[in-house]
Amino acid sequence: MNSAAATGTTPMLEVKDLAVNYGAINAVRGVSFAVAPGEIVCLLGANGAGKTTILRTISGLLRTTKGEVWFKGEKISTMPAHTIVQKRLCQVPEGRGIFLNLSVEENLDLGAWVVGKAKDYQEDLNKAFELFPRLKDRRKQNAGTLSGGEQQMLAIARALMSHPEFLLLDEPSMGLAPRVIETIFQVVQDINKRGVTILLVEQNAMQALQVAHRGLVLETGTLKLQGRARELLESDEIRKAYLGEI
Amino acid sequence: MGSATLKGLVPWLVALLTMAATHFLIVPILPSTLSEILVFAGINIVLAVSLNLVNGFTGQFSIGHAGFMAVGAYAAAWATLALRNAGIDLSDGTFIAQVILVGALVFGGLLSGVVGFLVGLPSLRLKGDYLAIVTLGFGEIIRVSLLNLDFLGGARGLSGIPRITSFLLVYLCVVVTVFVIWRLIRSNHGRALLAVREDEVAAESMGVNTTQAKVRAFAIGAFFAGIAGGLYGHYLTILSPAAFDFNRSFEIVIMVVLGGMGSLSGSVVAAVLLTLLREYLRDLAEYTQVDLRMIIYSLILIGLMLLRPNGLLGTRELKDFWRRRPTGKSA
Repeated sequence: MNSAAATGTTPMLEVKDLAVNYGAINAVRGVSFAVAPGEIVCLLGANGAGKTTILRTISGLLRTTKGEVWFKGEKISTMPAHTIVQKRLCQVPEGRGIFLNLSVEENLDLGAWVVGKAKDYQEDLNKAFELFPRLKDRRKQNAGTLSGGEQQMLAIARALMSHPEFLLLDEPSMGLAPRVIETIFQVVQDINKRGVTILLVEQNAMQALQVAHRGLVLETGTLKLQGRARELLESDEIRKAYLGEI
Repeated sequence: MGSATLKGLVPWLVALLTMAATHFLIVPILPSTLSEILVFAGINIVLAVSLNLVNGFTGQFSIGHAGFMAVGAYAAAWATLALRNAGIDLSDGTFIAQVILVGALVFGGLLSGVVGFLVGLPSLRLKGDYLAIVTLGFGEIIRVSLLNLDFLGGARGLSGIPRITSFLLVYLCVVVTVFVIWRLIRSNHGRALLAVREDEVAAESMGVNTTQAKVRAFAIGAFFAGIAGGLYGHYLTILSPAAFDFNRSFEIVIMVVLGGMGSLSGSVVAAVLLTLLREYLRDLAEYTQVDLRMIIYSLILIGLMLLRPNGLLGTRELKDFWRRRPTGKSA
């Protein structure tokens, strides 16, 4: 069924029968899936399907109502968010969540919070600037003065400073120009090639499925479909429902 | 690296030496009212700078700073009174008295810091208005408790506290407070505090333990407020709960807002300005027979919100302005 089981590797992240409520509203109702090391998995679905809720629950910003989240053989669904980051599972929040009144460099500094300002800090910084040269030119500038695309790049670069093994990306293409979106998706693939496993939430299903290995389709809080990205791209049902084709 | 750290220390050492020189050379020839104003200005600087750590840099709006000041003031006074009753000579000017006062200040500060920790732990889960209300309530609880604690004098207050706070000691505390908080903000932990102010959720996703960061800032702020309280008590020689009411807390908040939330030098400037203003308004009250202080404070705040909503300096420091000018000229 899922590729983790198919390939026989143990999953890196396991979500088991997850349910999350906002008061009386059941945002997520019994979702289970697994992500194997090295994968890019994409969570798709309409507005309000529960994509962001799942991501925020994995990263510990929201609490489960039912079910569990396991990461590298450890149950993380009861841990506070800042402890989960120490396990090398890092989230790039929706709307980027960068510190607008701090400089680009200070933002990156804060990204390195969990690893401490160790010897390889400078090396990490160089790597980040290599990935996003534009940030280097603006390193002393307040993050609030960056363009939307640059802010998204900063958010991703900042997350990479914490040496993640697993990255949660929440709508990285939101509000960006098509060309910038292309760059962002290119970077997502580059990061993945460096060995970072990625769980991606996207509205932009077409583009997301082109970079992802697998896709999960959510509908009103339940998992409706899952499969290889290519198969999803070719499935008529998906094309009709989520890719805007009639 | 080592020499850079040393170089960074130079301005602080210069400040310390200036304070010592002022104490021995200038203060003796100043009229006593003026040196009194300077002492209160120094105490207010400590209060404003420590509150700025919480309100300005960590973004947690607290209006109960007088409560922490009261804890430190009473604790330090209680300690020195106990020592004097045990027969130790604490008249002004003896070296022993100064050493004992430093000990009492630290004692008061630590107690206040512990109280800050205990109050902060549950209440810093609240945000904005709710946190403000809780800290306001805390200040009142301290005041009402002091009214009812007989061993601390109850409503009559504590009197006969030795007057051993000196100009030098006050400004030593000013330099130490500003130095510690300056270095804290420039450190990694300080950056975490700024992150909490900017975006708590994002800070948490960076792995910053936001509760811990907030409580830490709160406790450190309370520690220095306690020190200021100790200085205050040993200068005024009497302490009464009424001196630590809501108006006192509000005064400190005004200093922080006026100077700019997130600007240490702004807090220093505003504390001095408002101390001077208060003293001159006291003269004015003699003519008008009405205390216009709070009215004028409110007017200043309203004017400030209209003209400079971020305070006098915003989040910048005085030296940022110094630096900008020469680069502007060369460009």
